[in-house]
Amino acid sequence: MTGSATQARPPAGPEPGAGTAIRTEDLRKTYKTARGDVPAVRGIDLNVPSGELFGLLGPNGAGKSTTIGMLTTLVLPTGGRAWVAGIDVVADPVGVKRRIGVVTQNNTLDMQLTVTENLEFRSRFFGLGPREALRRAAQLIDAFGLGDRRKAIATDLSGGQARRLLIARALVHRPEVLFLDEPTAGLDPQTRVNLWDILRVLHDQGQSILLTTHYMEEAEALCDRIAVVDHGEVLASGTVDELKEGTGADTVITVRYERAVPDGLVAGTGLAGRAGVGKVETEHDRIRVFASEPDGVLGELVAAGARAGLTVRDAAQLKPSLETVFLNLTGREYRE
Amino acid sequence: MTSTTPTMTPPAGDAGRAGQAGAGPGAGIAALIADAPVPQPTLAKTFAAMMAREFRVLRRNAIATFTRTVMQPLLFVFVFTYVMPKIGGGFMFGGAGAAATAGAGAASVNFATILVPGLMASMLLMQGIMAVTFPLVMEFSWQRTIEDRALAPVPISVLAVQKITAGAAQSFIGALIVFPIVLVVHAAGQAPHVHVTNWLLLAVILVTASLLTASLGLLLGTVMDPRKMQMLFAVILLPATMLGCVYYPWSAMHQIRWLQYLVLVNPMVYMSEGLRAVLTPGVPHMPMWAILTVLVGGTAVFGYLGTRTFTRRVLN
Repeated sequence: MTGSATQARPPAGPEPGAGTAIRTEDLRKTYKTARGDVPAVRGIDLNVPSGELFGLLGPNGAGKSTTIGMLTTLVLPTGGRAWVAGIDVVADPVGVKRRIGVVTQNNTLDMQLTVTENLEFRSRFFGLGPREALRRAAQLIDAFGLGDRRKAIATDLSGGQARRLLIARALVHRPEVLFLDEPTAGLDPQTRVNLWDILRVLHDQGQSILLTTHYMEEAEALCDRIAVVDHGEVLASGTVDELKEGTGADTVITVRYERAVPDGLVAGTGLAGRAGVGKVETEHDRIRVFASEPDGVLGELVAAGARAGLTVRDAAQLKPSLETVFLNLTGREYRE
Repeated sequence: MTSTTPTMTPPAGDAGRAGQAGAGPGAGIAALIADAPVPQPTLAKTFAAMMAREFRVLRRNAIATFTRTVMQPLLFVFVFTYVMPKIGGGFMFGGAGAAATAGAGAASVNFATILVPGLMASMLLMQGIMAVTFPLVMEFSWQRTIEDRALAPVPISVLAVQKITAGAAQSFIGALIVFPIVLVVHAAGQAPHVHVTNWLLLAVILVTASLLTASLGLLLGTVMDPRKMQMLFAVILLPATMLGCVYYPWSAMHQIRWLQYLVLVNPMVYMSEGLRAVLTPGVPHMPMWAILTVLVGGTAVFGYLGTRTFTRRVLN
């Protein structure tokens, strides 16, 4: 739609072929600001087959929303390419918009309209006739349990109701790919589990879904495959099990002492060479051990500290999870 | 807000949730996918649906919109063509100045006659801004609700054109509402002399003026900082109206040459003078070619700039 964005690009991309919901190649976005260029996405490659529920997991500010923005045509990439349902997002944004449903992170319901009207007009925007649109709206309202709120103005909905309506609204035209940006952020735990159930049903019906989340347990509970994203890059991707295995399937034991760890303390434990122990990292006042056989490690660290005259201030043992994967990949604790 | 809904209240909540997560609604959601319609959106269908949405909202807010539209011109004509003449202040307005300008037959040019086109033009501007700029500023701030419409299957520029069209329609309706009011409210003997000879030209002026204000509204809505909205009145609406030949004809300003030329940058002048030319031909007015050139050219320029800034704001 803007000439400058489409020029210097071939009209249509190499056909990613049927069966691919999303594909990106070195997708990039750098924002130009008064303080210079800010890279938000630094070359992301994704390949999501049709029917998959794929998760972009990462802390706030990792570049997830920018990525979803580019895939849904509302953010113009500054480099690389992306196809949704086989269509180039830059060359044919309208073609992409016809084939996707998007649940934005913000509440973008039409605040002037009722629940029914929000669905009715969205249906009409997507080409349904007035009568058909009303029928579809009624069907969506029933399925999403909004029957007693059908005449409520969108501003009067609770957070959970608004989120359900946002999802319903993204489904008026049976999108080939459904995008959800942080679908459960800010919701109470019960409402969140409710939404998970809805997403599972959609997934069971073969709906291709890409969601972003900064909740590890959400990614773990829902997604077929996950890409762990931080600072605009994919750190690792695969199924939850693959990710755990790929990074050592380790339990992570962290001990924090009252002061900086002296040289030689780690060597004194003999942990570094022990079977079943992977990495041993020292960082100022803490030692972190990645172990497939964690038994005794914690005790050893406490004892070694005592020998060096260090009191333990804090200790934690994390079972293999996405959190340990993230720790292993970045060396940093996960910040939600 | 939450207490009114069974799914959110603690006791009934579990039942509600169980129901929702259970087989029934789950099956409902599954059916949504299975029985989904396969719509064929076209640009025309989507555009029409967006206009239908505007009219639905307009109809719902009809009373508020009507009141907002009517109050200012109603009070204005009431005070200046009824109250003032009655209390003897009429000579201040239009009397000497306009009469001198109007030349022969000028005695018949009363203030009401000056006001009819002027107030209609000022209404066009107000409505154009109210209908386009204010909602747009809201849509771009806070939750960025603009993203909802931006995801409709049309190019973003079409969305901008739709906003101009809807704003122009609202502006046009506003002018039609004001017309009978400024026509009938006046003291005895103060009736305005309105005489339309060319209805087609009247329609052309009204439509182009409406489009001009809506285009200006789009441009303002996309460049205004939402935190400085009050400035819109002080810096744009007020000067545009006070110096927009609403309360006096342009020709009467020949007494103040520098101002007469200065106000030519104000698009409002051409709207007032355009309506003056077609509604009250007895009052001296600008040549029609100048009026139409600016109304059409201004719409094109503001429309182009507004669409461009709109597209840039929507697409990051």
